[in-house]
Amino acid sequence: MSIKGKAYIAGAYEHPLRDAPNVSTAQLHAQCARGALADAGLSLDDVDGYFCAGDAPGFGAMSMIDYMGLRNIRHMDSTETGGSSYLIHVGHAAQAIAEGKCTVALITLAGRPRQGQGGRPNFGGGKPGTLSDGPPEAGFENIYGGSTHNTYGMCAMRHMYEYGTTSEQLAWIKVAASHHAQWNEHAFLKNVVTVEEVVNSRLIADPLHLLDCCVVTDGGGALIVVSPEIARSLNRPLVKVIGVGEAPKGPSGGRGLDLNHSGAVWSGPIAFAEAGVNPADMKYASIYDSFTITVLMQLEDLGFCRKGEGGKFVADGNLISGVGKLPFNTDGGGLCNNHPTNRGGITKVIEAVRQLRGEAHPKVQVPNCDLAIAHGTGGSLGTRHGAGTVILERE
Amino acid sequence: MSEAEVQVRKIPAPAVTIESKPFWDAAAEGRFLIKRCTDCGEPHWYPRGFCPFCFSENVAWEESPGEGVIYTYSVMYRSPTGPYAIGYVTLNEGPAVLTNFVDCDFSKLAIGQKVKVKFQETEGGPPAPVFTPV
Repeated sequence: MSIKGKAYIAGAYEHPLRDAPNVSTAQLHAQCARGALADAGLSLDDVDGYFCAGDAPGFGAMSMIDYMGLRNIRHMDSTETGGSSYLIHVGHAAQAIAEGKCTVALITLAGRPRQGQGGRPNFGGGKPGTLSDGPPEAGFENIYGGSTHNTYGMCAMRHMYEYGTTSEQLAWIKVAASHHAQWNEHAFLKNVVTVEEVVNSRLIADPLHLLDCCVVTDGGGALIVVSPEIARSLNRPLVKVIGVGEAPKGPSGGRGLDLNHSGAVWSGPIAFAEAGVNPADMKYASIYDSFTITVLMQLEDLGFCRKGEGGKFVADGNLISGVGKLPFNTDGGGLCNNHPTNRGGITKVIEAVRQLRGEAHPKVQVPNCDLAIAHGTGGSLGTRHGAGTVILERE
Repeated sequence: MSEAEVQVRKIPAPAVTIESKPFWDAAAEGRFLIKRCTDCGEPHWYPRGFCPFCFSENVAWEESPGEGVIYTYSVMYRSPTGPYAIGYVTLNEGPAVLTNFVDCDFSKLAIGQKVKVKFQETEGGPPAPVFTPV
């Protein structure tokens, strides 16, 4: 496949200012976006792909997507190569369009190096008496002591309120992970725990207890993705990528805030549709488990059960390999095994690969594991996050 | 822990941008502002120089009584300065606002509870909006 003839540049806009003392860098991004969309004759809601580089204030592409009100993003890219980033973005956008991952890609660049901050987009965490030009949400959010613990705690609190989910149900997720971790010689925590031990561990961020939280570990991981020809030339089992999906989610201007859903409600169906399979077909699931509530919400959003029924779904060992219907995180996951540098996405893929190769620990290996999902959310479900879904098949 | 032993978490100075400066200038006068689009009529939060719903740049500051209900909350115990409560308030105008809940018994916080804005001093910056049950 080639991108030749598969994508067009329909809008282009150069900001007229050369000295911009009275607008923020974030505003300049939005004004450039408005100009390019107007030039193309398209609207904000037409945009389903967003590309930015290191000049964009905030957290990758996440802050700008939420700031601008981009609600329909299904492809994002914050490749950073300095001044050439935007040329590479055109290539990446064309590839994404050729693959059908997006149809209208927005690429923005902006900055204010003349305003005495050296053009550093994340400058200025509230030094009294000076103006910042950093992430536009920072002044309104960072001051309140939000961390992963209490922003996920807010999600759990709301889920309990709306659906009657209990701490005991959440605890079953940790219990299942601990049953798996006992067989993993490298697991940070190898002890099997009970529901009682989880709910009786100390409160960290109401309603999440210590044992609802993942481990903090050093370490890392790596993956090699290859062409079909190379895969077949190697002496390894064939683990094929058959569907992927991605989506951001944020407070979206505060209208209709809904902390019961994650970006998985969009990334999941896209990945399943591309793969031509359903949640019920999955033999194994790697589900990001920064906290127990993270797993519960994502299982619902991916369609393993209906929204609000996650508590019942995870209870009574349903996630334990050899016991329940959906073996999950058989390495022990982030809750017990590993959460290297507070980023659990890569270990989710690694354990799915082990399962599909039949190389998981014999005590947790799923028999004839030929279809698996690896899914995660990064950032915070309580503020803004990006969801990624990967469906894998053993050939 | 007795009341005397409870330290109150200090709020750091907010990062003020050229875009948000009018909000913080008003906060210093005890006024709580939100932004509303004069084209589509929608209010939004956090305040921006344009409407994140229709992308119009015709947005205006509007003083709000700062009243609403708790959408969700979490009391943070992993804190060297004692527990503090974070949460979202759904303002009566519509938008949800991330904030702290103060001057209240954290064990009695509840989703749906009515709250009102007040301003708390920050470490060298303008006062920040926090909410307290009414």
